[in-house]
Amino acid sequence: MTSLAFLRAGPLTTVQDLGRPGLAHLGVPPSGAADRSALELGNRVVGNDPDAAGLEASLVGPTVRFDGPAVVALAGADAGATLSGRRVVRGEAVVAVSGDVLELGRCIGGARAYVCVRGGIDVEDTLGSRSTDLLTGLGPAPLRDGHVLRIGSEAGLPPPRAEPVVAAPVEPVLRVVPGPRHDWFAPGALDVLLSAVWGVTPATNRVGIRLDGPSLERRTAGELLSEGMVTGALQVPPSGRPILLLVDHPTTGGYPVIAVVATADLSAAGQLAPGDTVRFMAFHP
Amino acid sequence: MTRVEVRAAGDRGALLEVADNPAAVRVAQALRRELDELVDVVPGHRTVLVTWARDAPAADLATVAEAALAGAPVPRGRSVELSVRYDGPDLTAVAGLTGLSPEEVVARHCGTVYDVSFLGFQPGFGYLLGLDERLVVPRLDEPRTRVPAGTVAIAGPYSGVYPRESPGGWRLLGRTDAVLFDAARVPPALLAPGDRVTFVAQ
Repeated sequence: MTSLAFLRAGPLTTVQDLGRPGLAHLGVPPSGAADRSALELGNRVVGNDPDAAGLEASLVGPTVRFDGPAVVALAGADAGATLSGRRVVRGEAVVAVSGDVLELGRCIGGARAYVCVRGGIDVEDTLGSRSTDLLTGLGPAPLRDGHVLRIGSEAGLPPPRAEPVVAAPVEPVLRVVPGPRHDWFAPGALDVLLSAVWGVTPATNRVGIRLDGPSLERRTAGELLSEGMVTGALQVPPSGRPILLLVDHPTTGGYPVIAVVATADLSAAGQLAPGDTVRFMAFHP
Repeated sequence: MTRVEVRAAGDRGALLEVADNPAAVRVAQALRRELDELVDVVPGHRTVLVTWARDAPAADLATVAEAALAGAPVPRGRSVELSVRYDGPDLTAVAGLTGLSPEEVVARHCGTVYDVSFLGFQPGFGYLLGLDERLVVPRLDEPRTRVPAGTVAIAGPYSGVYPRESPGGWRLLGRTDAVLFDAARVPPALLAPGDRVTFVAQ
């Protein structure tokens, strides 16, 4: 069976599938690919089920060697990938032979690049998922130089098929549903959220994105009792600057949530990188 | 009938507000039982968060919740006894903050039956309500970067046990050998909302 050897793992490369939904009542975060659409696209291209495990690389991608034949596709941010020197176009399946080296560079047009292999990454699952959860340590450890991963069986999979990859907008506008705690904020705070241009700070990871911009003022200073949190929640700590919760977020929290990013825009949120700017617009489903 | 307020939590979620934690536990159990289309049902202190995938709930959430609260109370959960070595680094500080001796702090921490109100923060971390009022102390100004697994701690109205080594801002009273969370176990979490917990000093 083919394996993948990590010659250079990159600053943060993890195994991700579609995560561990349905366990939040135990304190288990959803986890899974931060840009779920990209992982699903990459999996479709190589003929996998949508929830097959692939690699998620943050900011700078890994360099891996195939020890056997494999069919591979790139998705998400453009990491300038080459396979033994030949450029790999995102959304197209390419065939690797034993000894081929897939090299990813710095991510452009997003924070995260995805590598999907036909058959999926074959690691043991934890609570039904192969995803690495950085908050809790569930799932496989982040990849290190020298690690080797096995590729799963291709038996029964449909043939690969290419798909176009649409470039992400330079300054995305994410749709948000106001609430559930917008009434904890001063009148006008929601308008400030929706009119400001927000900066993505370096304090950004799979747990959440700290945004920089004007302060969202509270109506009252009271403490919120801890309540369940969803991915995409814009949680506002006492500083007034919101934190956009991503997939490895704690399942409960005590800061009021002024609005929640719409499901269809969560993948775009998962591609925000430090230094990017982002805006929000109201969405009433 | 008790009214339950339902707030939007994104386009595929809702937050139900109820009167108290027992109500949250009851409503969560009813929603989990009756609505298969829900992905997550997460009790909080006085709330229940629900999420769904493509199919929105077929039934009205408030109606299901209000019916659950109007019905007979659900039986209480299991009783769990946790054996504790009270040698935590904050025992003396808690004694200082409360005007009690360390022995009295231990006696009061062991002297009540706690209700598991909800789980959060880390897998298997139960927020236990029922703390002796004299032991209500604020969390640390500066959280510790490392709190060992099994550490028994208090903060505000809660007591809890850290399931694994993690950062933490609660005041540390002691340690237990109990395994609060094990992904390979069924169920993985030792505690569930509605369970009752007692601490026993070793």
